Amino acid sequence: MARAATTADAFNAVAEPRRRQILDLLADGERPVNDVVRELGLAQPQVSKHLRVLREVGAVDVRHEGRQRLYRLNGRALKPIHDWVKDYERSWSERFEQLDVVLEELKAKEEGDARDG
Amino acid sequence: MPVTASQSAKVTLPTDEQILITREFDAPTHLVYLAITTPELVKRWWHANRGEVTLAEIDLRVGGKWRYVAVADGGFEVGFHGEYREIVPNERIVSTEVYEGAPGGDENGTVNTVTLIENEGRTVMTTLVQAPSKEIRDAIIESGMEAGMQDAFDLLEEVAVSLR
Repeated sequence: MARAATTADAFNAVAEPRRRQILDLLADGERPVNDVVRELGLAQPQVSKHLRVLREVGAVDVRHEGRQRLYRLNGRALKPIHDWVKDYERSWSERFEQLDVVLEELKAKEEGDARDG
Repeated sequence: MPVTASQSAKVTLPTDEQILITREFDAPTHLVYLAITTPELVKRWWHANRGEVTLAEIDLRVGGKWRYVAVADGGFEVGFHGEYREIVPNERIVSTEVYEGAPGGDENGTVNTVTLIENEGRTVMTTLVQAPSKEIRDAIIESGMEAGMQDAFDLLEEVAVSLR
């Protein structure tokens, strides 16, 4: 099951909140490392470590321009992860939206009972 | 749009055998607990807009069984059942969960830990799904896809457009 393994590895890479932040940032376009460091407010070595993990699973690509290293999102590599987990996440989101409705009613009922009681 | 709507659940995979689902609710823990342990209330939210919950049985005690059955809009029926292992009212429920459509039966079930934490009248609910193997964990995530195939196609289109 090569595909599942790759997907899970990539997902694990993406599960880390800082790496998600990096991906969100790169979703707006290609960025040099320094930009990423500044936006995240992390030390350069930490950022480089996160970028390396993302590069290893193919979630980002890097190219060199002069002395700069420019990172960009690799949509194609990311898409399976997105599809894979997002739909699962969506089904829970929809479920919980229904639960919100139930909870609003329970709250209203409780407030009503407190007033009446 | 009300503040409570459109919050999305966060799904992460802490280890190869786990799924962690996190969501905050605008209600105190005792009401969230009521909504997740009362059959007629479970029937109202568990369908995830993809059909109807036709059965919700809850025997809320350690060793007690639960079973939910839902019929998807396409007529496809799915059943889940399990047993309660630990119950701390308004705080924590540990139970097993078996998807009845999957091969392997109870051996391929998961152990789910639901934790409720209240903060200023709001509740953060986390559900940690512990699968017996990475394969089963991955299959659970992919099953969400089958259940919501149409949604998945819509989403696919969205994603495809956004990645152009």
